[in-house]
Amino acid sequence: MPTTSPSPRPPGAHSHLKDLDYSVVQQCMHCGLCLPTCPTYDATKIERNSPRGRIALMRAIADDRLEPTAAFADEMYFCLGCLACMTACPAGVNYAELFEHARAEAEQSGVLNAPRRTAIRKFTLEWLFMDQRRLQWVGAAMRLYQQLGLQTLVRKSGVLHLFPKRLRELEVMTPAIQSKFSDELISPVTPPVGPKKYRVAMLTGCAQDLIFSDVNRDTVEVLARNGCEVVTPPEQLCCGSLHAHNGEWELAQQLARKQINQFPPEKFDAIITNAAGCGSHLKHYAKLLAGDPAYEKRAHLWDDKLKDIHEWLAHIGIAPVANNAAPPQVVTYHEACHLCHGQKITAQPRQVLRAIPNLKLVELPESTWCCGSAGIYNLIQPEMANDLLDRKMKHIRSTRVKIVATANPGCLLQIINGAKRENLPLRVAHPITLLAEAYRQSPS
Amino acid sequence: MPLGENILSTLRQIVGRENVLTEREDLIPYSFDGTAALQQMPGCVVFALSTAHVVAVVKLANEAKLSVVTRGSGTGLSGGSLPNRDCIVLCTVRMDKILELDRANLTLLTEPGVTTLRIADAATDANLFYPPDPGSMKISTIGGNVAENSGGLRGLKYGVTRNYVMGMEVVLPNGEVMWLGNKCVKDVAGYSLKDLFIGSEGTLGVITKVLLRLIPKPTAKKTMVATFSQMDHAAEAVSAIIAAQIIPCTLEFLDRMTIHCVEDYAKIGLPLDCEALLLMETDGHPAVVADEATRMEKCCRDCGCLEVRVAQDETEANKLASARRSAFSALARVAPTTILEDATVPRSELARMIRFVAAIAKKYDLKIGTFGHMGDGNLHPTFLTDERNHAEMHRIEEAFKEIFAEAIRLGGTITGEHGIGLAKKSFLPGFLGDAQMRVLRELRRALDPNGILNPGKMFD
Repeated sequence: MPTTSPSPRPPGAHSHLKDLDYSVVQQCMHCGLCLPTCPTYDATKIERNSPRGRIALMRAIADDRLEPTAAFADEMYFCLGCLACMTACPAGVNYAELFEHARAEAEQSGVLNAPRRTAIRKFTLEWLFMDQRRLQWVGAAMRLYQQLGLQTLVRKSGVLHLFPKRLRELEVMTPAIQSKFSDELISPVTPPVGPKKYRVAMLTGCAQDLIFSDVNRDTVEVLARNGCEVVTPPEQLCCGSLHAHNGEWELAQQLARKQINQFPPEKFDAIITNAAGCGSHLKHYAKLLAGDPAYEKRAHLWDDKLKDIHEWLAHIGIAPVANNAAPPQVVTYHEACHLCHGQKITAQPRQVLRAIPNLKLVELPESTWCCGSAGIYNLIQPEMANDLLDRKMKHIRSTRVKIVATANPGCLLQIINGAKRENLPLRVAHPITLLAEAYRQSPS
Repeated sequence: MPLGENILSTLRQIVGRENVLTEREDLIPYSFDGTAALQQMPGCVVFALSTAHVVAVVKLANEAKLSVVTRGSGTGLSGGSLPNRDCIVLCTVRMDKILELDRANLTLLTEPGVTTLRIADAATDANLFYPPDPGSMKISTIGGNVAENSGGLRGLKYGVTRNYVMGMEVVLPNGEVMWLGNKCVKDVAGYSLKDLFIGSEGTLGVITKVLLRLIPKPTAKKTMVATFSQMDHAAEAVSAIIAAQIIPCTLEFLDRMTIHCVEDYAKIGLPLDCEALLLMETDGHPAVVADEATRMEKCCRDCGCLEVRVAQDETEANKLASARRSAFSALARVAPTTILEDATVPRSELARMIRFVAAIAKKYDLKIGTFGHMGDGNLHPTFLTDERNHAEMHRIEEAFKEIFAEAIRLGGTITGEHGIGLAKKSFLPGFLGDAQMRVLRELRRALDPNGILNPGKMFD
């Protein structure tokens, strides 16, 4: 009977997958129950494109049966990282951890190195997203481009046809930059409305700060309405999820340490995030900083204090909204992957929506199926991302609603673009924005 | 010997370039199925889209004397779809159309790559019922179910896949296409070749279409959970229920270890302070359901159960059933390697067999979780180990030898629903005896003279 037996590691070799506790890869007993929940396997029916197949490749590397190759690396980037497989897996495989290590392995091996890719990665991951001020400058420049009518001019002039098709498509997807960033909308300390029950910190994020600073403002308002004193330092940074999900493990660690320094977890009742993707990463700093003598212990406390906004509100009890406050609205809810699969938060956002008077919640078919945004996936895998967006839009149309609620900047953008593409008059909003609106209409 | 370039290019011509995989990164994920600790690299993977594709691939392989291993979703638990070294894996998942649902005859005609769940859903949509429900039904394909004669949680009352196959299209190793069976409820023309192919584990032909029997949907259903402080009491309750001539649709049990793992995954509030749990379901006419439920509850109470809980609604009932379906995978939470068996005994011998398995685990110092289809005597003792622990793996092998010997001694069988494949090949001759083995070999040789289909599986 042939059996697998991992060969001993060559002395001195460093590898993310080989250094990983072997039992994590071994945990997959290839029962296949993840397959029907994987969007990429569903599309191609090829094992390699499934969680079971990808784990087999990771294990082959850990076993020295496969070198990290370009095909391996491509496969790791074909994975959306939606983590639907983790919800489906009865064996409890930690795919999120495997996936991050596999991408780090791919990066470390250099098999995907190409001058353009390296330049883009250096610019974004190593420079732009390491400092929120830089991101704000770029954001301000884009805002200028959009506000001065240049974008319209450029689009109308047809000059874009001089550029490759892919770039033209990207230009259309450029999100509208907010006229004010979070630090211009939110005071460093927001007092609670009524008696102070909690003291919380608010993470304004990186992309969220540029594109959805209004959602950050709404979140702070809602927190204040719920008896929280909200600390929102004007200068903030990226949580590092972008880095961890794209194989830059050490940069992610750097950012995690800075976050812990800026928001000492012992000083707050909770540290609040309103972006699903960030939250999913932010809750695992202890794993990221394991073995770091100065930070490991505080990272555990950090993980305990880190709360998604819906989770926190459901935990402390949502302050009621006056009944006559809101106009009737019909809303459906798309579940961001990293909220439902990454953080297992599915009931709480619905609780938030149901707390709004006159709001009717219509369930979205396949609400937990990825919309294709998946971080920067829609930029690097446009075809697959588009297929998933089509599928999502089909379901949204079937509900006949005018408002879609979802709690992640990537999903918000993706669905906004989907509606634009189909000329569908659809409002896409964060659930907290809807709640904030209801509070505003309700006397405090 | 690796497949030659000319064979690969012919395969590409037959099914199209995009339906042939040859890269190492593509093949590694096909080097195993759902069976633990078995692995072997294929030569290539070919996706067939039609019967014509299957015919051409099989003919080519037969002429070149290359081995072909047919595979659906690779969820098998006996190594039946494990590739032979350098073989052609013939994958049917892209033959995934339901071709016809005949309401007048209550039949469903399907391609082999359709998942069991989709078939069950299609039947439900027509207000009909397809009862076989293997644990992996979310992803297992109907072709694989027929080839392995899969069982499931409802086997006790409704039988297994075999009881629902009315006909099938099969491609023989020489490329000939046969239709076996039809929509007639009665048909006694010739040998029942259809039955020969059901459970043939991909060794006699490739199944390319399946005609399934559907039945009326039961109008009522009741799901209950009973807990016991001792395994023996649960086994006695099962015997009492059967002896009372009640045939519930489901009568499943989980031991303490399995209950904890399942609860850890599914979080549905299973009681954790018991040694054994029975999941019982009765379906049919509402009056019968009510009567059976009451009598089953009484049987459990008479056997000293701790508690009987009745599912309040369909959602809760479904949660309980799907939690049970995840039992095998959930056990992997305890140890990295789970080796699952499906020794089966006559129902009257259940309590004795369960005691024996526990004693064997103790004797060989092994960790074991046991769950299974108590109602039909089909046990799944699952050893929880680490495949890198060679000494323990060896003790597990010895333990299984004793378990199978005991099952046979009690009038049972070495596999209730997973098949022989590679995993239990060595036990087959001892179980069947010389005459049966000779007939099996002659049948196989008659149909597959060059031995190209799934060679080395089931028996040599």
